[in-house]
Amino acid sequence: MNKIRYNNYRKIKELVLRNSMLFLTVISLSFAVIIGISLYYKSVPILDQQSLWSLLSGESWRPLKGEFGFYPFIMGTLWVTGIAILISLPLCLLSAIYLSEYAAPYIKKIVFPMVDVLAGIPPVVYGVWGILVVVPFISTTLAPHFVEFSTGYSVLAGAIVLAIMIIPLMISVFIEIFDALPGGLREASLSLGATNWQTIKKVVLRKSFPGLAAAVILALSRAFGETIAVLMVCGNVSEVPNSVFDPAYPLPALIANNYGEMMSIPMYDSALMLSALLLFVIILAFNAISRLVLIRIEKNFAL
Amino acid sequence: MEEKIFKALMMAATMIIVVSLFMIIVAVVKRGLPAMSWDMVSKIPGGGFYIGKEGGLLNAIIGSLYIVIGSITLGLSFSLPIVLYINLYLPEKSRLAQFTRLSFDVLFGIPSIVYGAFGFTLMVYLGLRSSLFAGILTVTFLIVPILIRSIDEVVRRVPKEMMDAALSLGATRSEIIKPILRQVAPGIITAIILSVGRGIGDAASVLFTAGYTDSIPTSLSQPVATLPLAIFFQLSSPIVEVQDRAYAAALILTFIVLVLSLAGRYYSRKFSKNKI
Repeated sequence: MNKIRYNNYRKIKELVLRNSMLFLTVISLSFAVIIGISLYYKSVPILDQQSLWSLLSGESWRPLKGEFGFYPFIMGTLWVTGIAILISLPLCLLSAIYLSEYAAPYIKKIVFPMVDVLAGIPPVVYGVWGILVVVPFISTTLAPHFVEFSTGYSVLAGAIVLAIMIIPLMISVFIEIFDALPGGLREASLSLGATNWQTIKKVVLRKSFPGLAAAVILALSRAFGETIAVLMVCGNVSEVPNSVFDPAYPLPALIANNYGEMMSIPMYDSALMLSALLLFVIILAFNAISRLVLIRIEKNFAL
Repeated sequence: MEEKIFKALMMAATMIIVVSLFMIIVAVVKRGLPAMSWDMVSKIPGGGFYIGKEGGLLNAIIGSLYIVIGSITLGLSFSLPIVLYINLYLPEKSRLAQFTRLSFDVLFGIPSIVYGAFGFTLMVYLGLRSSLFAGILTVTFLIVPILIRSIDEVVRRVPKEMMDAALSLGATRSEIIKPILRQVAPGIITAIILSVGRGIGDAASVLFTAGYTDSIPTSLSQPVATLPLAIFFQLSSPIVEVQDRAYAAALILTFIVLVLSLAGRYYSRKFSKNKI
């Protein structure tokens, strides 16, 4: 009798635990949807007033007059992230090839932990570094060669800081992709008489191209949403930048900088939440696409 | 020839990456060290702190610790059941498990400013003001994807035979949770260390939600100061003494993060030793 009761107790416990865990899992999956909906709900007021297109292409940002044009901020974001990718892509690609194809194990043992440390440094510390090193370097050393005057708080400063920040992500995904390539491919190429470099160029890089593209999109979306570090070095002037020495005002910085006054001006909070929604949707899409590509690659190569 | 040129370029690229890490640390230490003093880590801001008078950063240090401890506790109580469910109950190729993994990978990429904005709308909706509680909640959103993805990595590697053995002896699935947790404990610790690092250093998520204060909060509904925000706010001050404190705070934060990353390395190495 007791034994039956004990077994029943075990069964019930199992059932309860199992279902509560399933419940949590399903809830957690709706999480992205909840974020999307609540941000959308908050940005409805401004979308009712103006069309999305006129908001995105509007050039003037005067919250007090009710003018909310996102164009300068979108351009600011594109400038900063685009240049950041331009700087860090060649660095990461070269270094990832070196580390996975050439480097001796002891070099990996030194470099990998450092990349980890780089990944762990908080954004605000990158910002501090930007203010201490990058901004003065640009304003006193670099800019005078090209333009008459730059404070140093510029697109370029933001891009350099961002470039360093996305290196760990990009390099580790790159190396993962190279390592996932079946070794047989390389051996086949080498046994046909190709040199190491020819193999890399014609086999490794070509074969891993989709993965590399996915990794770049991943890094791009990371750069897109980075806030504090960029905010600290970009200058934050709401105009479309004309050169890399002009200040820029990326979207995330706009949100972070104005949270204080947004409740006191009508529509302001709605406009800021709309920009958060934009960031969310774009980054969600970018991430989903690149993750799906990466998963497919993993599967194909595992065969 | 071409190979040699490219190899040199590759080595140069690797050097640049390594050197930039050193540059960052050297710059922060060089500027932060002269500004450090015992007062910084042992005192809360006194009167006139923001015009350069006495006081320290204890409020921000303790505040950051509160936020991180709270959100790790909250985060673990969500992520452990989820990870265990997709690994214990679902078959290996289950759609639900794969979809869960994918969705947390994607959530991992969502920037903290979006979580901050979301936390803010949630706060307004619930009628809360910026407080320790709201900060903990937002940072929890931020770190749950990291916790889940990195704990999942280790739970996945637990040999299936171990589970099968326990199940064939008549254990229910929920009864093998405990031994599995014991098996992956070092991995969980590594995951915690990782997320502490992310949580403690993030400014954009707490900017909206945690507020800022000069005192140490005594309840969940009070605002709380955090280290990243201490850096961010004080750096924008025109007074040099106040800026100095921002650099001291940056040094403290960097130090914490470096120690965490070393500790994480140590534990994951210990873990991989156990595994073999």
